[in-house]
Amino acid sequence: MPPRDHILREVRRSLPADAPLPSLDRQWTRYDDPHASFFEVLRGVGGAGRIVAGAPQLREEIDRVIAAIGAQQVCSVIPEAAAGNVDISSIEDPHDLASVDLAILPGELAVAENAAVWVTGARVRQRVAYFLSQHVVLVIPHERIVNNMHEAYAWLQESADGGSPFGKTAWGTFMSGPSKTADIEQALVIGAHGARSLHVFFTKP
Amino acid sequence: MQTQEHPTAANAFVADDAHAHWHDQALWFIRANRDKCAHGLAEWEELRELAAQIKQHTIAHLGDYLEQFERNTTRLGAVVHWARDAAEHNAIVLSLLQERNVRRMVKSKSMLTEECGLNPFLEQHGIEVTDTDLGEWIVQLRHEHPSHIVLPAIHIKKEDVGELFHRELGTEKGATDPAYLTEAARQRLREKFLAAEAGLTGVNFGIAETGGFVVCTNEGNSDLGTSLPPIHIASMGIEKLVPRLDDMGVFLRLLARSATGQPITAYSTHYHGPRPECELHIVLVDNGRTKLLASEEFRNSLRCIRCGACLNTCPVYRRSGGHSYGVSVAGPIGSIVNPSRDPEKHRSLPFACTLCGSCADVCPVKIDLPNQLLAWRQRIAELGLLEPSKRRLMRLAGRILSQPKLYVIAGKAGRTLLRFAPRWAVYNRFNPWGRQREMPLPPKETFRQWHKRQSQKEKQ
Repeated sequence: MPPRDHILREVRRSLPADAPLPSLDRQWTRYDDPHASFFEVLRGVGGAGRIVAGAPQLREEIDRVIAAIGAQQVCSVIPEAAAGNVDISSIEDPHDLASVDLAILPGELAVAENAAVWVTGARVRQRVAYFLSQHVVLVIPHERIVNNMHEAYAWLQESADGGSPFGKTAWGTFMSGPSKTADIEQALVIGAHGARSLHVFFTKP
Repeated sequence: MQTQEHPTAANAFVADDAHAHWHDQALWFIRANRDKCAHGLAEWEELRELAAQIKQHTIAHLGDYLEQFERNTTRLGAVVHWARDAAEHNAIVLSLLQERNVRRMVKSKSMLTEECGLNPFLEQHGIEVTDTDLGEWIVQLRHEHPSHIVLPAIHIKKEDVGELFHRELGTEKGATDPAYLTEAARQRLREKFLAAEAGLTGVNFGIAETGGFVVCTNEGNSDLGTSLPPIHIASMGIEKLVPRLDDMGVFLRLLARSATGQPITAYSTHYHGPRPECELHIVLVDNGRTKLLASEEFRNSLRCIRCGACLNTCPVYRRSGGHSYGVSVAGPIGSIVNPSRDPEKHRSLPFACTLCGSCADVCPVKIDLPNQLLAWRQRIAELGLLEPSKRRLMRLAGRILSQPKLYVIAGKAGRTLLRFAPRWAVYNRFNPWGRQREMPLPPKETFRQWHKRQSQKEKQ
């Protein structure tokens, strides 16, 4: 018997009695000011950010980030935020992004309870840009924020195109703050393998 | 892995008293962080209850959900493989790598491959495997195993990491600064990520409804390992499923809060099929899980989401270290799942427990851990696997406790001995309890005497 059939037979041979699948339609924690909650948690997990009004203010903030980290190679997927000098759309091999200092990338949705930002491959050709770049800036429309993870998954399902909530992108990550580790004697170190810093800017028109 | 008994194996750990205390306190600090997170969320208990129900439901329909997952993930372009045991899992991974001439693989986040002994197997076949989680990499460089499912290197001191990195990476001798050492690891592991020809990850959750799966890390190592090389292999235990995408809302709210006291991990990545022109292979592994499923007593341990909360809170784990358990998954949950694989080899684990019940209080999926540990003790006795010393003691205790008169005499003898006997008569090799601690002073009055006095008072 092939392993698949063997395992399924063994599983079905000893299933416990049925237990109902609970409904998740409940009253979950909501926040009076979701952005304020988001930023409070974001600071707690080592990230930074603010709400910006209009493209000029966004550019100003990003120039400040570029100056602070002394970024030489900047990859921007958001033209109104920064021009950048690495064109991700022309890159075939993800390894070619290894020397990017700063990536300015879109976020699709923010979650107030845990400062997570949903990012996908919808507008970014090489997903590795989110992880391999030394520093990352995420830009999200101001109104794209939900209270909690339940609302986040509901949003993912609603915004689905063609049946799958993941569309053609095949991939999505909730990013909450920069990369971190505490594997050496529980001392928190920011910048383990991924982004050394993470800025999140919400854009108001 | 060694087959020695837990108390013997713990000797090495407790020999370094200062470090054993540090270990205890460090884990308790994480437990305290977990409490802060849990108390900060009004619906915490509701989430735990829902998570338990969702997992219970999934287990009751596991066959159907496995097939649904397989169907959906295949439709998304992934290839599903099934492995009955560790050997089959390792053989599948090896052949996937060999067929593509892969010589360098990066690996992240997989206690399952630890359970299967994948690293040494692949290394025997000339494939370089690099564990990319910092803690797992440190452990790998030391030719050890993780001592904790979430904090693999919690047993290692920074001085030892400094010494190791000086030897392996050429960092400055005597350097112990975690930020400096982490930076050195970052540089070296970046080279490994960029040179890897394949990436392997574990799976935190598989979603039957969508055919996707979720991997959670703080370092971003699994994301780098799966975004660069053209092939991604995901090793997944068959119990990792949840039915609906919405269920992830419950589990991602619970996982990191329970594990480390964080609101969510830095990266929670959802994979739905391979990258364009790349490959995704999912290996579904049984390796004893159906055996656990067949046991009415122990099957609800299959709910486990491997957060490590029961390890962090366990007084025995905190004071004896993960290596004392001699298994890939240590602590309370490991003391349940490992004996089901081999009760003889792991017979001492259910006894590495004070039955305090703290594990059940923190478990995000409400596994009744202390009950199961107690049941395992009984099972081990029934199987005739008790150590001779425990067997003799149990027989003696049984005899005394079943005869009230004998019990009174034995109690009196014990109290007299403790009060008047010279130290050498109490603290010797026959009393392991007194090895590291003072015996309590016997009370002036026993409960029986007190009760007698009270009832006489009432009569008057």
